[in-house]
Amino acid sequence: MDTSVTLSGLQLDNPVLAASGTFGYGREYAEFYDINILGSFSFKGTTLEPRFGNPQPRIAECSAGMLNAVGLQNPGIEAVIREELPALAKVFHKKVIANIGGFSVDEYVECCRRIDREPQVGLIELNISCPNVHEGGMSFGTSPGSAAAVTEAVKKVTTKPLYVKLSPNVTDIVAIARACRAVGADGFSLINTLVGMRIDLRTGKSLLGNGTGGLSGPAVFPVALRMVNQVAEALDVPVIGMGGVSGAEDVIEMMMAGATAVALGSENLINPYACRDVILALPGVMARLGIDSLRSVIGAALSRI
Amino acid sequence: MRQDIFTVTSNRPLGADLFRMELDGETGEIRGDGDFLNVSVPGKYLRRPISVYQARPGRATIVYKVAGDGTRRMSEWTSGTRADVLSGLGCGYDAARAGDRPLVVGGGYGAASLYGLTRALALAGRKPSVILGFNTCDEAVVLEDFIGLIDSGASVRIVTRDGSAGARGLVTDLIGPEDPSRFSCLYACGPMPMLRALAEKTAALQGQFSLEARMGCGFGACMGCSIQTTRGAVRVCKEGPVFDKGEILWTQV
Repeated sequence: MDTSVTLSGLQLDNPVLAASGTFGYGREYAEFYDINILGSFSFKGTTLEPRFGNPQPRIAECSAGMLNAVGLQNPGIEAVIREELPALAKVFHKKVIANIGGFSVDEYVECCRRIDREPQVGLIELNISCPNVHEGGMSFGTSPGSAAAVTEAVKKVTTKPLYVKLSPNVTDIVAIARACRAVGADGFSLINTLVGMRIDLRTGKSLLGNGTGGLSGPAVFPVALRMVNQVAEALDVPVIGMGGVSGAEDVIEMMMAGATAVALGSENLINPYACRDVILALPGVMARLGIDSLRSVIGAALSRI
Repeated sequence: MRQDIFTVTSNRPLGADLFRMELDGETGEIRGDGDFLNVSVPGKYLRRPISVYQARPGRATIVYKVAGDGTRRMSEWTSGTRADVLSGLGCGYDAARAGDRPLVVGGGYGAASLYGLTRALALAGRKPSVILGFNTCDEAVVLEDFIGLIDSGASVRIVTRDGSAGARGLVTDLIGPEDPSRFSCLYACGPMPMLRALAEKTAALQGQFSLEARMGCGFGACMGCSIQTTRGAVRVCKEGPVFDKGEILWTQV
Protein backbone atom coordinates (compact mmCIF):
# COMPACT_ATOMS: atom_id res chain seq x y z
CA MET A 1 0.00 0.00 0.00
CA ASP A 2 1.57 3.29 -1.13
CA THR A 3 0.65 6.53 0.60
CA SER A 4 3.53 8.65 -0.71
CA VAL A 5 2.98 11.80 -2.74
CA THR A 6 5.20 14.52 -4.17
CA LEU A 7 4.51 18.25 -3.87
CA SER A 8 6.59 20.15 -6.43
CA GLY A 9 9.54 17.83 -5.82
CA LEU A 10 9.02 17.61 -2.06
CA GLN A 11 8.60 13.91 -1.29
CA LEU A 12 6.09 13.11 1.45
CA ASP A 13 5.66 9.69 3.06
CA ASN A 14 1.97 10.41 3.19
CA PRO A 15 -0.25 13.30 2.15
CA VAL A 16 -1.29 14.24 5.68
CA LEU A 17 -0.13 17.65 6.88
CA ALA A 18 -1.08 19.86 9.80
CA ALA A 19 -2.40 23.26 8.78
CA SER A 20 -0.75 26.50 9.77
CA GLY A 21 -2.04 28.08 12.95
CA THR A 22 -3.19 24.80 14.46
CA PHE A 23 0.20 23.20 15.05
CA GLY A 24 2.37 26.02 16.41
CA TYR A 25 6.01 25.25 15.58
CA GLY A 26 5.42 21.60 16.39
CA ARG A 27 6.71 21.29 19.91
CA GLU A 28 3.36 21.08 21.75
CA TYR A 29 2.33 18.08 19.62
CA ALA A 30 5.73 16.45 20.03
CA GLU A 31 4.80 16.18 23.73
CA PHE A 32 1.87 13.97 22.68
CA TYR A 33 3.40 11.79 19.96
CA ASP A 34 6.31 11.38 17.53
CA ILE A 35 5.36 13.94 14.89
CA ASN A 36 7.73 12.38 12.34
CA ILE A 37 4.76 10.27 11.28
CA LEU A 38 3.37 13.38 9.51
CA GLY A 39 3.89 14.02 5.82
CA SER A 40 4.87 17.48 7.03
CA PHE A 41 3.24 20.48 8.69
CA SER A 42 2.92 24.15 8.04
CA PHE A 43 4.20 26.26 10.90
CA LYS A 44 2.35 29.15 12.51
CA GLY A 45 1.92 32.14 10.19
CA THR A 46 5.11 34.15 10.64
CA THR A 47 5.67 37.84 9.96
CA LEU A 48 8.77 40.04 9.81
CA GLU A 49 8.16 41.58 13.25
CA PRO A 50 6.84 39.85 16.37
CA ARG A 51 3.06 40.20 16.72
CA PHE A 52 0.77 39.75 19.69
CA GLY A 53 -2.38 39.68 17.59
CA ASN A 54 -5.91 40.61 18.58
CA PRO A 55 -7.45 41.35 21.97
CA GLN A 56 -9.30 38.65 23.92
CA PRO A 57 -11.58 36.84 23.43
CA ARG A 58 -10.14 35.22 20.33
CA ILE A 59 -12.10 31.97 20.20
CA ALA A 60 -15.81 31.28 19.75
CA GLU A 61 -17.58 28.03 19.13
CA CYS A 62 -20.33 27.15 16.68
CA SER A 63 -22.07 24.06 15.38
CA ALA A 64 -19.47 21.77 13.84
CA GLY A 65 -16.68 24.28 14.06
CA MET A 66 -15.12 27.32 15.62
CA LEU A 67 -14.20 30.92 14.95
CA ASN A 68 -10.74 32.24 15.70
CA ALA A 69 -9.50 35.79 15.71
CA VAL A 70 -5.94 35.24 16.86
CA GLY A 71 -4.54 37.73 14.35
CA LEU A 72 -1.21 36.17 13.39
CA GLN A 73 0.40 36.06 16.81
CA ASN A 74 4.00 34.98 16.23
CA PRO A 75 7.49 35.77 17.54
CA GLY A 76 8.73 37.21 14.23
CA ILE A 77 10.91 35.68 11.53
CA GLU A 78 14.23 36.17 13.37
CA ALA A 79 13.06 34.37 16.51
CA VAL A 80 11.57 31.61 14.38
CA ILE A 81 14.90 31.07 12.61
CA ARG A 82 16.99 31.46 15.76
CA GLU A 83 14.83 29.55 18.27
CA GLU A 84 11.86 27.70 16.81
CA LEU A 85 13.56 25.95 13.88
CA PRO A 86 16.47 24.61 15.98
CA ALA A 87 13.98 23.42 18.63
CA LEU A 88 11.89 21.80 15.91
CA ALA A 89 14.95 20.04 14.44
CA LYS A 90 15.25 18.05 17.68
CA VAL A 91 11.78 16.53 17.31
CA PHE A 92 11.03 16.67 13.56
CA HIS A 93 13.45 15.37 10.97
CA LYS A 94 11.49 16.12 7.81
CA LYS A 95 11.08 19.29 5.80
CA VAL A 96 8.59 21.76 7.23
CA ILE A 97 6.31 24.15 5.37
CA ALA A 98 6.93 27.82 6.18
CA ASN A 99 3.74 29.87 6.35
CA ILE A 100 4.60 33.52 5.82
CA GLY A 101 2.24 36.44 6.48
CA GLY A 102 2.70 40.11 5.90
CA PHE A 103 1.38 43.63 5.70
CA SER A 104 3.19 44.92 2.61
CA VAL A 105 4.82 43.44 -0.46
CA ASP A 106 8.23 44.42 0.94
CA GLU A 107 7.54 42.56 4.18
CA TYR A 108 6.49 39.37 2.38
CA VAL A 109 9.61 39.63 0.21
CA GLU A 110 11.97 40.14 3.14
CA CYS A 111 10.42 37.37 5.21
CA CYS A 112 10.40 34.86 2.35
CA ARG A 113 13.95 35.77 1.34
CA ARG A 114 15.16 34.92 4.84
CA ILE A 115 13.18 31.71 5.29
CA ASP A 116 14.19 30.52 1.82
CA ARG A 117 17.78 30.05 3.12
CA GLU A 118 16.69 27.62 5.82
CA PRO A 119 17.46 24.00 4.86
CA GLN A 120 14.69 22.69 7.15
CA VAL A 121 12.08 24.44 5.04
CA GLY A 122 10.83 22.40 2.10
CA LEU A 123 8.16 24.69 0.79
CA ILE A 124 6.94 28.24 1.36
CA GLU A 125 3.24 28.86 1.89
CA LEU A 126 2.42 32.48 1.18
CA ASN A 127 -0.41 33.48 3.46
CA ILE A 128 -2.32 36.22 1.67
CA SER A 129 -5.59 35.17 3.21
CA CYS A 130 -5.58 35.78 6.99
CA PRO A 131 -9.00 37.27 7.73
CA ASN A 132 -8.05 38.52 11.19
CA VAL A 133 -5.62 41.33 10.46
CA HIS A 134 -6.81 44.72 9.36
CA GLU A 135 -4.19 45.78 6.88
CA GLY A 136 -2.38 43.41 4.58
CA GLY A 137 -3.28 39.79 5.20
CA MET A 138 -6.43 38.93 3.33
CA SER A 139 -6.52 42.20 1.40
CA PHE A 140 -3.68 40.87 -0.76
CA GLY A 141 -5.62 37.72 -1.46
CA THR A 142 -8.95 39.12 -2.53
CA SER A 143 -8.02 40.58 -5.91
CA PRO A 144 -6.11 38.93 -8.76
CA GLY A 145 -3.90 42.00 -9.22
CA SER A 146 -2.59 42.31 -5.66
CA ALA A 147 -2.31 38.53 -5.22
CA ALA A 148 -0.21 38.31 -8.36
CA ALA A 149 1.92 41.31 -7.37
CA VAL A 150 3.00 39.81 -4.06
CA THR A 151 3.47 36.35 -5.58
CA GLU A 152 5.65 37.72 -8.37
CA ALA A 153 7.79 39.77 -5.98
CA VAL A 154 8.33 36.82 -3.63
CA LYS A 155 9.03 34.40 -6.47
CA LYS A 156 11.97 36.58 -7.53
CA VAL A 157 13.75 36.13 -4.18
CA THR A 158 12.99 32.47 -3.45
CA THR A 159 14.21 29.12 -4.72
CA LYS A 160 11.86 26.79 -2.83
CA PRO A 161 8.43 25.82 -4.16
CA LEU A 162 6.01 28.68 -3.52
CA TYR A 163 2.42 27.80 -2.67
CA VAL A 164 -0.08 30.61 -2.25
CA LYS A 165 -2.70 30.13 0.46
CA LEU A 166 -5.90 31.64 -0.86
CA SER A 167 -8.96 33.02 0.84
CA PRO A 168 -12.42 31.57 0.29
CA ASN A 169 -13.90 35.02 0.98
CA VAL A 170 -13.86 35.97 -2.69
CA THR A 171 -16.20 35.92 -5.65
CA ASP A 172 -13.93 34.05 -8.04
CA ILE A 173 -11.10 32.04 -6.50
CA VAL A 174 -10.10 30.65 -9.90
CA ALA A 175 -9.33 34.12 -11.26
CA ILE A 176 -7.01 34.79 -8.30
CA ALA A 177 -5.30 31.40 -8.62
CA ARG A 178 -4.87 31.93 -12.36
CA ALA A 179 -3.25 35.34 -11.80
CA CYS A 180 -0.81 33.89 -9.22
CA ARG A 181 -0.02 30.91 -11.42
CA ALA A 182 0.79 33.19 -14.34
CA VAL A 183 3.57 34.87 -12.30
CA GLY A 184 5.12 31.67 -11.02
CA ALA A 185 3.12 30.24 -8.10
CA ASP A 186 4.08 26.57 -7.91
CA GLY A 187 0.88 25.51 -6.19
CA PHE A 188 -1.93 26.54 -3.90
CA SER A 189 -3.12 25.91 -0.36
CA LEU A 190 -6.90 25.94 -0.27
CA ILE A 191 -8.63 27.21 1.84
CA ASN A 192 -8.06 29.67 4.66
CA THR A 193 -10.97 30.33 7.04
CA LEU A 194 -14.32 31.88 6.15
CA VAL A 195 -15.15 35.17 7.84
CA GLY A 196 -17.84 34.69 10.46
CA MET A 197 -19.31 36.18 13.63
CA ARG A 198 -21.07 35.20 16.86
CA ILE A 199 -22.92 37.46 19.29
CA ASP A 200 -23.13 37.12 23.06
CA LEU A 201 -26.88 37.11 23.79
CA ARG A 202 -26.32 38.62 27.23
CA THR A 203 -24.44 41.67 26.00
CA GLY A 204 -25.57 41.99 22.40
CA LYS A 205 -21.92 42.33 21.42
CA SER A 206 -19.63 40.12 19.36
CA LEU A 207 -18.15 37.17 21.22
CA LEU A 208 -14.79 38.03 19.67
CA GLY A 209 -12.56 40.95 20.62
CA ASN A 210 -11.88 41.50 16.94
CA GLY A 211 -15.59 41.56 16.04
CA THR A 212 -15.26 38.87 13.39
CA GLY A 213 -13.21 35.70 13.11
CA GLY A 214 -12.34 32.89 10.75
CA LEU A 215 -14.63 29.86 10.63
CA SER A 216 -13.00 26.44 10.51
CA GLY A 217 -13.93 22.88 11.36
CA PRO A 218 -16.13 20.25 9.71
CA ALA A 219 -18.73 22.90 8.82
CA VAL A 220 -16.45 24.26 6.05
CA PHE A 221 -15.39 20.94 4.50
CA PRO A 222 -17.81 20.99 1.53
CA VAL A 223 -16.86 24.60 0.72
CA ALA A 224 -13.16 23.75 0.84
CA LEU A 225 -13.68 20.65 -1.27
CA ARG A 226 -15.57 22.64 -3.90
CA MET A 227 -12.83 25.31 -4.09
CA VAL A 228 -10.03 22.73 -4.33
CA ASN A 229 -11.97 21.09 -7.12
CA GLN A 230 -12.61 24.39 -8.94
CA VAL A 231 -8.95 25.42 -8.91
CA ALA A 232 -7.70 21.94 -9.81
CA GLU A 233 -10.24 21.80 -12.62
CA ALA A 234 -9.13 25.13 -14.07
CA LEU A 235 -5.36 24.88 -13.59
CA ASP A 236 -3.00 21.93 -13.88
CA VAL A 237 -1.26 22.75 -10.59
CA PRO A 238 -0.69 20.95 -7.28
CA VAL A 239 -3.04 21.86 -4.46
CA ILE A 240 -2.82 21.30 -0.71
CA GLY A 241 -6.43 20.82 0.34
CA MET A 242 -7.60 21.92 3.78
CA GLY A 243 -10.73 23.05 5.55
CA GLY A 244 -12.71 20.86 7.94
CA VAL A 245 -10.74 17.69 7.24
CA SER A 246 -11.19 15.38 10.19
CA GLY A 247 -10.81 11.77 9.05
CA ALA A 248 -9.01 9.48 6.60
CA GLU A 249 -12.09 9.44 4.35
CA ASP A 250 -11.97 13.25 4.16
CA VAL A 251 -8.31 13.04 3.06
CA ILE A 252 -9.21 10.72 0.21
CA GLU A 253 -12.21 12.85 -0.76
CA MET A 254 -10.00 15.96 -0.89
CA MET A 255 -7.50 14.10 -3.07
CA MET A 256 -10.28 12.99 -5.41
CA ALA A 257 -11.32 16.66 -5.65
CA GLY A 258 -7.81 17.44 -6.88
CA ALA A 259 -5.55 17.83 -3.83
CA THR A 260 -2.07 16.27 -3.84
CA ALA A 261 -1.68 16.69 -0.08
CA VAL A 262 -4.25 17.36 2.60
CA ALA A 263 -3.96 19.31 5.84
CA LEU A 264 -5.87 18.88 9.08
CA GLY A 265 -6.48 22.12 10.92
CA SER A 266 -8.93 22.62 13.78
CA GLU A 267 -9.22 18.87 14.27
CA ASN A 268 -5.74 18.99 15.85
CA LEU A 269 -7.05 21.39 18.47
CA ILE A 270 -9.83 19.12 19.68
CA ASN A 271 -7.87 15.89 19.26
CA PRO A 272 -4.11 16.40 19.60
CA TYR A 273 -3.57 12.97 18.03
CA ALA A 274 -5.76 13.76 14.99
CA CYS A 275 -3.01 13.68 12.33
CA ARG A 276 -1.49 10.50 13.70
CA ASP A 277 -4.91 8.85 13.94
CA VAL A 278 -5.72 9.76 10.33
CA ILE A 279 -2.34 8.53 9.05
CA LEU A 280 -2.78 5.23 10.88
CA ALA A 281 -6.34 4.87 9.57
CA LEU A 282 -5.45 5.56 5.91
CA PRO A 283 -4.25 2.06 4.90
CA GLY A 284 -7.44 0.46 6.23
CA VAL A 285 -9.66 2.93 4.40
CA MET A 286 -7.58 2.47 1.21
CA ALA A 287 -7.97 -1.31 1.49
CA ARG A 288 -11.72 -1.00 1.93
CA LEU A 289 -11.94 1.22 -1.15
CA GLY A 290 -9.55 -0.90 -3.23
CA ILE A 291 -6.93 1.87 -3.49
CA ASP A 292 -3.33 0.60 -3.84
CA SER A 293 -1.66 3.98 -4.31
CA LEU A 294 -2.99 7.26 -3.00
CA ARG A 295 -1.45 9.04 -5.98
CA SER A 296 -3.90 7.23 -8.21
CA VAL A 297 -6.90 8.98 -6.64
CA ILE A 298 -5.60 12.54 -7.04
CA GLY A 299 -8.11 14.40 -9.18
CA ALA A 300 -10.42 11.41 -9.66
CA ALA A 301 -13.37 13.83 -9.64
CA LEU A 302 -11.88 16.10 -12.30
CA SER A 303 -13.58 16.09 -15.67
CA ARG A 304 -10.24 16.22 -17.50
CA ILE A 305 -9.06 12.95 -15.93
CA MET B 1 -0.24 16.04 28.93
CA ARG B 2 -2.21 12.98 27.96
CA GLN B 3 -5.57 11.95 26.57
CA ASP B 4 -7.64 9.25 28.26
CA ILE B 5 -11.17 7.99 28.61
CA PHE B 6 -12.48 8.60 32.11
CA THR B 7 -15.64 7.13 33.64
CA VAL B 8 -18.01 9.35 35.58
CA THR B 9 -18.70 7.79 38.96
CA SER B 10 -20.67 10.66 40.47
CA ASN B 11 -22.06 13.97 39.23
CA ARG B 12 -24.21 15.84 41.68
CA PRO B 13 -25.66 19.34 41.91
CA LEU B 14 -24.31 21.45 44.75
CA GLY B 15 -26.69 24.37 44.22
CA ALA B 16 -26.33 27.68 42.40
CA ASP B 17 -25.62 25.94 39.04
CA LEU B 18 -22.54 24.31 40.52
CA PHE B 19 -21.84 20.59 40.18
CA ARG B 20 -19.27 18.21 41.57
CA MET B 21 -18.13 15.40 39.27
CA GLU B 22 -15.93 12.43 40.16
CA LEU B 23 -14.06 10.87 37.24
CA ASP B 24 -12.21 7.58 37.41
CA GLY B 25 -9.30 7.02 35.07
CA GLU B 26 -5.58 7.47 34.52
CA THR B 27 -4.58 10.35 36.78
CA GLY B 28 -0.82 10.02 36.36
CA GLU B 29 -0.37 13.58 35.10
CA ILE B 30 -3.06 15.25 37.19
CA ARG B 31 -1.57 17.29 40.00
CA GLY B 32 -4.52 19.08 41.61
CA ASP B 33 -2.38 22.18 42.15
CA GLY B 34 -4.40 24.56 39.96
CA ASP B 35 -3.94 22.54 36.78
CA PHE B 36 -6.92 21.78 34.57
CA LEU B 37 -8.65 19.14 32.48
CA ASN B 38 -9.99 19.74 28.98
CA VAL B 39 -13.17 17.73 28.69
CA SER B 40 -14.73 16.70 25.39
CA VAL B 41 -18.52 17.11 25.39
CA PRO B 42 -20.43 15.12 22.76
CA GLY B 43 -22.36 17.51 20.52
CA LYS B 44 -20.03 20.44 21.19
CA TYR B 45 -17.04 21.12 18.95
CA LEU B 46 -14.53 22.45 21.48
CA ARG B 47 -13.52 20.87 24.77
CA ARG B 48 -14.39 22.49 28.13
CA PRO B 49 -11.41 23.51 30.28
CA ILE B 50 -12.21 22.85 33.98
CA SER B 51 -9.77 23.19 36.86
CA VAL B 52 -9.02 20.15 38.95
CA TYR B 53 -10.61 20.31 42.40
CA GLN B 54 -8.89 17.32 43.89
CA ALA B 55 -6.79 14.45 42.55
CA ARG B 56 -6.07 11.04 44.02
CA PRO B 57 -4.60 8.02 42.23
CA GLY B 58 -7.31 6.79 39.85
CA ARG B 59 -9.80 9.55 40.58
CA ALA B 60 -10.12 13.23 39.72
CA THR B 61 -12.75 15.56 41.11
CA ILE B 62 -13.97 18.73 39.41
CA VAL B 63 -16.33 21.40 40.69
CA TYR B 64 -17.80 23.27 37.74
CA LYS B 65 -20.44 25.87 37.02
CA VAL B 66 -23.08 25.45 34.33
CA ALA B 67 -22.24 28.51 32.27
CA GLY B 68 -23.61 27.50 28.87
CA ASP B 69 -24.79 24.62 26.73
CA GLY B 70 -21.57 22.58 27.03
CA THR B 71 -21.42 22.56 30.82
CA ARG B 72 -25.22 22.02 30.91
CA ARG B 73 -24.68 18.83 28.90
CA MET B 74 -21.92 17.80 31.30
CA SER B 75 -24.31 18.32 34.23
CA GLU B 76 -26.61 15.71 32.67
CA TRP B 77 -23.96 12.98 32.56
CA THR B 78 -24.89 10.03 34.71
CA SER B 79 -22.70 7.58 36.54
CA GLY B 80 -20.98 5.33 34.00
CA THR B 81 -20.75 8.01 31.29
CA ARG B 82 -17.42 7.81 29.50
CA ALA B 83 -15.61 11.11 28.92
CA ASP B 84 -12.65 11.93 26.66
CA VAL B 85 -10.33 14.03 28.82
CA LEU B 86 -6.99 15.76 28.25
CA SER B 87 -5.13 15.98 31.55
CA GLY B 88 -1.93 17.40 32.94
CA LEU B 89 -2.65 20.79 31.39
CA GLY B 90 -1.30 24.13 32.52
CA CYS B 91 1.06 25.31 35.22
CA GLY B 92 -0.48 25.36 38.69
CA TYR B 93 0.33 27.11 41.96
CA ASP B 94 3.84 26.84 43.33
CA ALA B 95 3.46 25.79 46.97
CA ALA B 96 7.19 26.39 47.50
CA ARG B 97 6.53 30.14 47.35
CA ALA B 98 4.14 30.05 50.30
CA GLY B 99 6.57 31.07 53.02
CA ASP B 100 5.47 30.75 56.63
CA ARG B 101 2.21 32.74 56.38
CA PRO B 102 0.34 32.15 53.15
CA LEU B 103 -2.94 33.88 52.36
CA VAL B 104 -5.42 32.13 50.04
CA VAL B 105 -8.30 34.12 48.52
CA GLY B 106 -11.03 32.53 46.40
CA GLY B 107 -14.07 34.14 44.80
CA GLY B 108 -17.12 32.20 43.57
CA TYR B 109 -16.30 28.92 41.86
CA GLY B 110 -12.71 30.19 41.57
CA ALA B 111 -12.32 28.84 45.10
CA ALA B 112 -12.39 25.35 43.60
CA SER B 113 -8.97 25.67 41.94
CA LEU B 114 -7.44 26.61 45.32
CA TYR B 115 -8.59 23.61 47.33
CA GLY B 116 -5.74 21.24 46.40
CA LEU B 117 -3.15 23.92 47.15
CA THR B 118 -4.76 24.89 50.45
CA ARG B 119 -4.95 21.28 51.55
CA ALA B 120 -1.28 20.73 50.67
CA LEU B 121 -0.26 23.88 52.56
CA ALA B 122 -2.30 22.88 55.60
CA LEU B 123 -0.89 19.35 55.65
CA ALA B 124 2.62 20.80 55.34
CA GLY B 125 2.03 22.80 58.51
CA ARG B 126 1.94 26.20 56.76
CA LYS B 127 -1.30 27.25 58.48
CA PRO B 128 -2.88 28.88 55.42
CA SER B 129 -5.22 31.78 56.08
CA VAL B 130 -8.20 31.41 53.74
CA ILE B 131 -10.73 34.06 52.67
CA LEU B 132 -13.61 32.92 50.49
CA GLY B 133 -16.12 35.29 48.92
CA PHE B 134 -19.45 34.48 47.28
CA ASN B 135 -22.47 36.36 45.99
CA THR B 136 -24.78 34.35 48.23
CA CYS B 137 -24.41 31.44 50.63
CA ASP B 138 -25.84 29.10 47.92
CA GLU B 139 -22.55 29.48 46.04
CA ALA B 140 -20.45 28.52 49.03
CA VAL B 141 -20.53 24.88 47.98
CA VAL B 142 -16.87 24.14 48.62
CA LEU B 143 -16.86 25.81 52.04
CA GLU B 144 -17.27 22.58 53.97
CA ASP B 145 -14.17 21.07 52.40
CA PHE B 146 -12.14 24.15 53.34
CA ILE B 147 -13.58 24.09 56.87
CA GLY B 148 -12.40 20.47 57.04
CA LEU B 149 -8.84 21.83 56.79
CA ILE B 150 -9.16 23.85 60.00
CA ASP B 151 -8.11 20.80 62.03
CA SER B 152 -4.93 20.76 59.96
CA GLY B 153 -4.13 24.35 60.83
CA ALA B 154 -6.00 26.37 58.20
CA SER B 155 -8.11 29.34 59.19
CA VAL B 156 -11.17 30.10 57.06
CA ARG B 157 -13.16 33.33 56.79
CA ILE B 158 -16.09 33.91 54.49
CA VAL B 159 -17.89 36.94 53.06
CA THR B 160 -21.00 37.15 50.90
CA ARG B 161 -22.31 40.08 48.93
CA ASP B 162 -25.77 39.68 50.40
CA GLY B 163 -24.69 38.81 53.93
CA SER B 164 -26.35 35.38 53.76
CA ALA B 165 -23.21 33.74 55.15
CA GLY B 166 -20.33 35.31 57.04
CA ALA B 167 -19.87 39.05 56.86
CA ARG B 168 -21.62 41.10 54.14
CA GLY B 169 -19.09 42.45 51.68
CA LEU B 170 -16.20 41.58 49.39
CA VAL B 171 -13.04 39.58 50.02
CA THR B 172 -11.03 42.79 49.88
CA ASP B 173 -12.98 44.08 52.91
CA LEU B 174 -11.20 41.44 54.98
CA ILE B 175 -7.76 42.59 53.92
CA GLY B 176 -6.42 45.22 56.27
CA PRO B 177 -3.64 47.74 55.59
CA GLU B 178 -1.18 45.65 57.61
CA ASP B 179 -1.94 42.39 55.83
CA PRO B 180 0.39 42.78 52.83
CA SER B 181 3.34 42.87 55.23
CA ARG B 182 1.86 40.32 57.65
CA PHE B 183 1.51 37.58 55.02
CA SER B 184 4.28 35.90 53.05
CA CYS B 185 2.42 34.98 49.84
CA LEU B 186 -1.02 35.50 48.27
CA TYR B 187 -2.69 32.83 46.16
CA ALA B 188 -5.95 33.84 44.48
CA CYS B 189 -8.53 32.77 41.94
CA GLY B 190 -11.85 34.39 41.14
CA PRO B 191 -13.59 36.88 38.89
CA MET B 192 -11.33 39.42 37.20
CA PRO B 193 -12.75 42.46 39.10
CA MET B 194 -11.98 40.66 42.37
CA LEU B 195 -8.43 39.83 41.30
CA ARG B 196 -7.87 43.39 40.12
CA ALA B 197 -9.10 44.89 43.40
CA LEU B 198 -7.05 42.36 45.33
CA ALA B 199 -3.91 43.23 43.39
CA GLU B 200 -4.42 46.94 44.10
CA LYS B 201 -4.82 46.32 47.81
CA THR B 202 -1.84 43.97 48.15
CA ALA B 203 0.81 45.58 45.96
CA ALA B 204 3.59 44.81 48.43
CA LEU B 205 2.71 41.13 48.72
CA GLN B 206 4.14 38.56 46.32
CA GLY B 207 1.93 35.77 45.04
CA GLN B 208 0.18 33.92 42.27
CA PHE B 209 -3.18 34.46 40.58
CA SER B 210 -5.05 31.97 38.44
CA LEU B 211 -6.73 33.44 35.34
CA GLU B 212 -9.48 32.27 33.00
CA ALA B 213 -9.69 32.63 29.22
CA ARG B 214 -11.67 31.26 26.33
CA MET B 215 -9.49 28.50 24.92
CA GLY B 216 -9.28 26.69 21.63
CA CYS B 217 -7.03 23.71 22.33
CA GLY B 218 -5.95 24.03 25.97
CA PHE B 219 -2.43 22.73 25.29
CA GLY B 220 -0.61 25.67 23.78
CA ALA B 221 -1.07 25.18 20.05
CA CYS B 222 -3.67 27.67 18.86
CA MET B 223 -2.70 30.92 20.63
CA GLY B 224 -6.39 31.53 21.29
CA CYS B 225 -5.96 32.36 24.99
CA SER B 226 -2.82 34.54 24.83
CA ILE B 227 -2.50 37.58 27.04
CA GLN B 228 0.23 40.19 27.36
CA THR B 229 2.29 40.29 30.55
CA THR B 230 5.47 41.97 31.76
CA ARG B 231 7.39 39.00 30.29
CA GLY B 232 5.64 39.32 26.94
CA ALA B 233 2.87 37.24 25.38
CA VAL B 234 1.91 34.12 27.32
CA ARG B 235 -0.75 31.46 26.88
CA VAL B 236 -3.23 31.12 29.73
CA CYS B 237 -3.43 27.38 28.96
CA LYS B 238 0.31 26.68 28.84
CA GLU B 239 2.39 29.20 30.79
CA GLY B 240 -0.72 29.70 32.98
CA PRO B 241 -3.41 29.53 34.15
CA VAL B 242 -1.48 30.48 37.29
CA PHE B 243 0.71 33.54 36.88
CA ASP B 244 3.00 35.54 39.06
CA LYS B 245 0.85 38.32 40.50
CA GLY B 246 3.41 40.94 39.51
CA GLU B 247 3.58 40.00 35.84
CA ILE B 248 -0.12 40.52 35.09
CA LEU B 249 -0.80 43.72 33.15
CA TRP B 250 -4.21 44.75 34.44
CA THR B 251 -4.93 46.94 31.42
CA GLN B 252 -4.45 43.89 29.16
CA VAL B 253 -6.71 41.32 30.81
